[in-house]
Amino acid sequence: MRHLLSTRDLLREDAIGLLDIAEDMSEVQNREVKKLPTLRGKTVVNLFFEDSTRTRTSFEVAAKRLSADVINFSAKGSSVSKGESLKDTAQTLAAMGADGVVIRHSASGAPQVLAQSGWIDAGVVNAGDGTHEHPTQALLDAFTMRRRIHGDAARGRDLDGVSVMIVGDVLHSRVARSNLWLLETLGAHVTFVAPATLVPVGASTWPVDIRYDLDVALAEVRPDVVMMLRIQQERMNAAFFPTTREYARQWGLDDERLLALRPDSIVMHPGPMNRGLEISSRAADSAQSTVIEQVANGVSIRMAVLYSLLSGDREARS
Amino acid sequence: MARIVLQNSDITRALTRISHEILESNRGADDLVILGIPTRGVVLAERIGAQIRQIEPGAPVDIVGSLDVTMYRDDLAHHPTRAPQRTRVPSDGIDGKTVVLVDDVLYSGRTIRAALDAIGDLGRPRAVRLAVLVDRGHRELPIRADFVGKNLPSSTDERINVRLAEIDGNEEVSLDLATGAIS
Repeated sequence: MRHLLSTRDLLREDAIGLLDIAEDMSEVQNREVKKLPTLRGKTVVNLFFEDSTRTRTSFEVAAKRLSADVINFSAKGSSVSKGESLKDTAQTLAAMGADGVVIRHSASGAPQVLAQSGWIDAGVVNAGDGTHEHPTQALLDAFTMRRRIHGDAARGRDLDGVSVMIVGDVLHSRVARSNLWLLETLGAHVTFVAPATLVPVGASTWPVDIRYDLDVALAEVRPDVVMMLRIQQERMNAAFFPTTREYARQWGLDDERLLALRPDSIVMHPGPMNRGLEISSRAADSAQSTVIEQVANGVSIRMAVLYSLLSGDREARS
Repeated sequence: MARIVLQNSDITRALTRISHEILESNRGADDLVILGIPTRGVVLAERIGAQIRQIEPGAPVDIVGSLDVTMYRDDLAHHPTRAPQRTRVPSDGIDGKTVVLVDDVLYSGRTIRAALDAIGDLGRPRAVRLAVLVDRGHRELPIRADFVGKNLPSSTDERINVRLAEIDGNEEVSLDLATGAIS
């Protein structure tokens, strides 16, 4: 693998390979010395044009656990805010000898541009671009599901027959898109539940069931996994629903809906959570919730991705 | 043309002798940890563990594990990305134990160098020993084996193939000319 730009074009065996490597990486987190020498001498740049503490920190921890040097390059207060183009930024990083670039950008497709431009020879990891994709989040979600469902026998397995319900702001969610493509590849069945105003145009052509009433959907589908999406208040520039209270009542995972779930269903959230809006505190803190596991697994997945992109012979990878 | 160097029964005898030697040098099976290096080293480690339990019925049950050295190799940048394999350490850990590393073939010594680094990140054993089925020479590092199944002086043009029933279906060690070296 040369870059990780999307889950849509990820092959099944590559996806399972990454999940299996992440299993090995997660064992490193339990050791006394939580560090591997594998990427010693490599430089990973976190190039974040959008605010993100969680994802950036996760990538930073992952790179450091593999002994890479990490440079955090955020747009605020940098030359980017002075008007530097992506091209000039990329060439600057190339001149400094970056081996890997983790990029988050508000424009969908920015990582693709960076990877195919020839401005920089580094491996590119998409850490979220606009409303397009967020592949490492989808991988860590799949990893979390596989672990909960298959336990210690998870290696080599896919998610065949698992029913996943993704609820909330699908329109703005790159997490929902990346999850859909990856889960489809791994054999799971996906249902989106959202207010009609938050379903993207064209979603009817995707391999997904779209429903609008959460209670009916939960009762009929009885999903193995319920994934709540964050209401992205910073992207709510139009009136997608009347009030947040009404949203919480109709599409939030409240205590009542939590109790109605199958006892072995798991509850996921990519974070950061709006408690009381899309998810109640009781649901977020219940034993069915994987929110904290997702954060821990995020480091393992990102270690697996950085290892796959940066460790081997560069000629052989392309 | 492949030449068979060790047959099924030779491999069994070599492993039985190594198991006895390990117990002799460790004065019993206490504080012993046998770590196989994937892939075939793990199979050999399991067989040695089973032998040790047969010889010393009082030996602890959980003494065999596996140690993947992929992440510690010094040649990662010269090959396509390798998929790492599983590391599993017996539940008591390796602190203060005598760790016996097990691999199928000892050649340059670089795998063992990587294994020593990996062990250092898992804990601090009292001692580390090395058991190999075949020592073919050509060391590139100051490393030697403590327990050897067979010393097999070889040329660098030759290939040593270790085949074990659990992985390959049959059981033998053979020696042939590496492809490309045949004129």
